[in-house]
Formats: sequence, C-alpha cells, structure tokens
Amino acid sequence: MSPALEILLVAVLTAAACALPGAFLVLRRMSLVSDAISHAVLPGIVIGFLLTENLQHPLLLVLAGASGLLTVYLIELLEKTGRLREDAAIGLVFPALFSVGVLLIAQLADQVHLDTDAVLLGELAFVPFDRLQWQGIDLGPRALWTMAGLLLMNVLLLWLLYKELTLATFDAAAAAVLGFRPILLHYLLMGLVAVTVVAAFHAVGAILVIALMIGPPATALLLARRMPTYLLLSLLIGALSALPGYGMARVLDVSIAGSMATMVGVLFGLVWLLAPETGLLARWRRHRRQQLDFALDLLLLHLLHHEHQPAATVERHQDTLPAHLNWTSERLNIILAEGQRRGWLQRKGPEVHLTPAGRARATQLVETLAPARSP
Amino acid sequence: MDFTLRIVMTGAALLGLISGSLGTLAVLRRQGLIGDTVAHAALPGIVLAFLLSGSKASVVLQLGAAISGTLAMLWVQSVVRTTRIRFDAALGMALAVFFGLGVVLLSAAQHTAGAAQAGLDRFLFGQAATLLREDLLTMAVTGALALGLVLVFWKEVKLVLFDEAYAAALGLPVRWLQTLLIILLVVAIVIGLQTVGVVLMIAVIIAPAAAARQWSSRYGRVLLLAGLFGLLSGALGAWISNLAPRLPTGPIIVLLLTVLVLLSVLVAPARGLLWQRYRRRRARATAQQAVVAVLQELAHHHPEDYPHPTATIQAALGANVPVEAILRDLERRGKVQHKPGQGWHLTNPPHTP
Repeated sequence: MSPALEILLVAVLTAAACALPGAFLVLRRMSLVSDAISHAVLPGIVIGFLLTENLQHPLLLVLAGASGLLTVYLIELLEKTGRLREDAAIGLVFPALFSVGVLLIAQLADQVHLDTDAVLLGELAFVPFDRLQWQGIDLGPRALWTMAGLLLMNVLLLWLLYKELTLATFDAAAAAVLGFRPILLHYLLMGLVAVTVVAAFHAVGAILVIALMIGPPATALLLARRMPTYLLLSLLIGALSALPGYGMARVLDVSIAGSMATMVGVLFGLVWLLAPETGLLARWRRHRRQQLDFALDLLLLHLLHHEHQPAATVERHQDTLPAHLNWTSERLNIILAEGQRRGWLQRKGPEVHLTPAGRARATQLVETLAPARSP
Repeated sequence: MDFTLRIVMTGAALLGLISGSLGTLAVLRRQGLIGDTVAHAALPGIVLAFLLSGSKASVVLQLGAAISGTLAMLWVQSVVRTTRIRFDAALGMALAVFFGLGVVLLSAAQHTAGAAQAGLDRFLFGQAATLLREDLLTMAVTGALALGLVLVFWKEVKLVLFDEAYAAALGLPVRWLQTLLIILLVVAIVIGLQTVGVVLMIAVIIAPAAAARQWSSRYGRVLLLAGLFGLLSGALGAWISNLAPRLPTGPIIVLLLTVLVLLSVLVAPARGLLWQRYRRRRARATAQQAVVAVLQELAHHHPEDYPHPTATIQAALGANVPVEAILRDLERRGKVQHKPGQGWHLTNPPHTP
C-alpha cells in the first residue's frame, strides 16, 4: 500500500468509527461531551507517558480512557449538587483537567517530549511511519489496526444495544420502566465515547475527533427521518468527508486533520442548502411558489366577485388592480403572466378576464372557503 | 515589582474583570459553552488577519478573531433556527469546523509567510508574557466599551437574559439584542485569548459567573462579583506563575478559578452545600425536640410504656410534620421505642411529679 492510501484508509476508518457513538450523542443533546472528553484526556496521557516513557504504550490508552470517564463523572457530580447547570459543569471540569495536563508537561519538559499541539491537532501524515511488525513481517501502519478494531467494536456494541439505546435516547422513562437501565446504558455510551476519542485522537487530534463525532450525524439529521437511515447516513457521510478533506490537504499542502474538519463543515453546508424538501433552497422555492399560488387565487376570487357588478370594467382594469389588491404593477404582471400560463386568465386590452377554466377554479375556491351549509 | 510582571498582572486582572463579568451573559442563560465555540472559532480570523495585513499587532489579530467568532455564532444561530439540530450539536460542529479551517490556514501561512508567522500560535495556548503596554490599553478600551453597552442597555439585557418571551411580547427587538449579547461575549473572549489561549478561555468565561451566582440572586451583584472574582484570580494567577519557572499563567488562573467555584458551591451563604447541610441538621433537631416534647407531655397522663399511635402525635404537631420519619430516626438513636401495631413511647420517660 502506498502511504497516501494508508493515510486515507485510516482517515475513513476513523471517521466511520467516530460517527456511530457521535450519532447517539447528537440525539441525546450531549454533543459537547465529546469536546470535554477530548480535552480532558491530556493528564491521563501525560501520566501514562511518564510511567511508560512510550507514547504507543497501551497503558496510555487505559489512563486516557480513565480520565475521559472521570470527566463525565465529575460533570455529573457537579450538576447533581443543583448549584451548577450542565454547561457550567462541562466548562469547569475539562479546562481544569486540561490545565493539570499542561502544567505537568511544562514542569517535566526535560523528561517529556510531548507537544500540546500534537495532542490537539494530531498528525495524520505520520501514520505510515508507525508500523506494526510481527515476526519481521510488516503488517501495515499501527493506526490502521487500531482504527479497524475500534470501528468493529463500535459497530458490534451498537448493533447489540441498538434497541435499548434507541429507546433510552428517545424515552428514558419508558426504558427505565421496561427494565433497560438507562443509567447503565448512559455510562456505557460514555465509555464508548471515551475509548473512541482516545483511540482516534492519537491519529487525528482532538479537534478532528469532535468534528467527526458531531458533523456527520448532524448532517445526517438533516436528511433522515428514521433511526436506521440516520445511523447509516452518519457512517456514510463521515467516511465521505474524509476523501475531499484529504484531497484538499494534498493539493494545497496543508494540515490533513484541519482540512478534513473543514470538509465536514462544507459537506454540512451543502446539505443544509441543497437537501431536497428540507434544504434552505428548497424551502425558499416552496415559499415563493406558495406566495404565487395564493396571490393568483386572490386575483381569481377578486375577478369572480366583481364579474357581474356594474363596476366590473373598473375592477378588472389593469390600472386599478394594483391599488385594490395592494400590489405593485410589476408584481401584478408576474401574477398575470402565471395566470395566463395556467390558462385561467386572459387580457382583453387593458382589462383582465377570467377564462372558463379560471371561473371554474374560482367557483371551486368559493365552495371550499364557504362555511359548510346545512342540508 | 518589575515592569514585565506589573504588565502581565495588570493584563491578567483586566482580562479577568472583563471576561468574568461579561461571562454572566452566557452562563445565566445556560449557554456558557458558547465561549468554547467562539474561542476556537477565533483561530481562522487570527490567521487570515495576519495573512491579509501582514501585521502581527494584537489589535489587528483580535479584530480578525472577533469577526470569525461572530460569524461562527451567527452560523450556529441560523442552523438552530432553520433545522432540527440542537444548540449543543451546532456549537460543537461550529467549534470543530472553524478551528479546522484555522489549522488549515495556519499550515498554509507556514508555507507562504515562512518565519514571519512565528508567534501566531501564542493565541493557541496563550502566553501572558507577550503582553505589551499597548495591549493593556486595547483591553481597557474595548472592555470599557463593552461594559458600557451593558449599562446602557441594562434593562433590555436583563429581560432578554431571563425572559425572552416577555421581552418579545413587550416589543423589544429580541433578535438584535441577542446578537448584541453575542458580540459582547465575543469581545470578552477575544480580549483573553492572548493571555490564556483558545482552549482554556472557556473557563475564564464560565467560572467567575458560576462562582458569583452562588453568592447572590440579583443580576447586578452577580455581574460585579464575577468581575471581582475574575480580577482577583487573574492577578493572583499571574503573580503565582511568576514565582517559579515553567508555571504557565493560563492553567494557573484556570485552576485558581476552579478552586474558587468549588469553595463558593460549598460555603456561599444561602446556596452553599455546607450551609444547606447545617440547616437541615438544625431543622431535624428542632423537629425531634418537638416530637419528644409531645411524647413527654403524653407520658404525664399514661403509664411509662404506654404506646401512643403515630396518628396521636401527628395530630398534636399538624399534618405537614413528617412525624413517622422523625420517630424512626429517634428510634435509631435509642430515644423512643416502637411497639409494632400499637405505637411509640419514650425510652427514658420523665418522672411524673
């Protein structure tokens, strides 16, 4: 495998692995827990590094995971006092833990060659250099194996707990009544998030982990209406944002993690604007269409109402219509053109007349608008 | 005190004062985490400002930071308004995406500007030592402007903070006021980035307000206290970090603030957890005395171990005293005895005169 392909593969696997627990975080309104955990793992990593003097040691993962869970526990402890809201609790706990990590690094700068930048930003470009060897055989980059394992674990666990987690997410009370232990599920999900964050940020950095956990599920939420579609789309969109991200990084020679995070945003923006039915553009067009329909109906009713009155010639004159309907004459022209296109209106000199089809439409409107008559 | 230390301490104190007091605008609305998004989203603005102007002056970079921070929040607001995505997810995504863009721009700047860009990363983790006298002036002026705006719109700000629907019903331009609040917050955050950095800025926004909230329930006092807490922790943190080598200012300030919040949660009068525990204990003692008094009174007219039903004691004390629970408590302490199915009597009844 070429190094580029290896990096790309790791990126796709990481994105997919993050999207799954992230999808549940987004639904449970706990997205920012990923932010908190990804910062708060720093002291765990520093202590692990001090003990093992090896950034690859599995103990680091364990300690980092532990400080991730500690973060969640402390946040809930503070919240339970009733004196601090959730946002304040999150915003206190993770900066404090991060500060401890930074201070440790600063104090032990002689012994620890750990860069806070590296923890935050990660460096996907280094992935191919750290290889897994087994009896002298090169098995590929270590990160490839970690991420594949992580993805497998997340898929397996969420597949097993799909029903329970979904129920606990949408109706925690019902889940508790049915004996599904929502609190246990909550901590399980938090544990999963912590492990995922820790395993992933080593390759891609804390910030990209947040982008990959929240961005693809948020994008999927714009499109999906059912849980299975939502999860599948999250996975797919996550994997998909890795490709253009890596491409941009290669072409412009910039940070891979940074451009992947940017692409997560670009992809979201595109869907936000262009999604069929729910996209901003589709909604804007629907809105315009409804405005036009309404205006045209109003004009038809107006003409029908005055058709046999003495003042009919005045009422249907193109110079009085704008004043009577409170339209500009440009707007009248647009609506007249649409009415003629639909075959409901015809112009006779300066007057606007109903066609038979237009009269039928207007009469039908009167029928539907009139209060129901007693038989 | 040497000159640099004086500058750094003044800067940290100013930052604490401004960010701390303005932070109440987010924390009291339960939206403190806006601070994290704005702080991270400042990065692309900082780098772009440098790339476009070629200058590394703090004012220029802070202007860029403010613009991109505001843009990120406007994006968050419009996503929340037009989709079913919740505020937390929108905040998290804006944070990561803007920061990612910032990292891209930073790495591009390293190619194009070479060594000239060195020092931009002081905004990432903060370096109080890079503060200059001019920076203090900028901080003071922008901070005074922001706090002045809060004073001018005092009534409106309070209404939007605590009862948005009522504010809208009164005909206030709620959307504009919300945008004003966000711009004020952005100012509060951008001011501090150079000293404490992108990651830790959130704590300087949230902690003073969270601590101050424990001491008072009046908005004016909370704002003043938050400013005071921020000022003290800033100055003290800068001083401590000067005591020994390799004590970065940002983390020290954050840890001081954390301790302050924990202390406030424990000992603040009225809301403090320790006071609450003390009050509960005293209330329980009073209730126990009342129950014992009733049993003593009854004991005057009955044999020593005559069991009085719970209902009798309840009737003597009124319906809203948890008599059953108090009796169980007293039983555990050996003060009363329970005859199942009959009632209660004192273990050491008073001697009838």
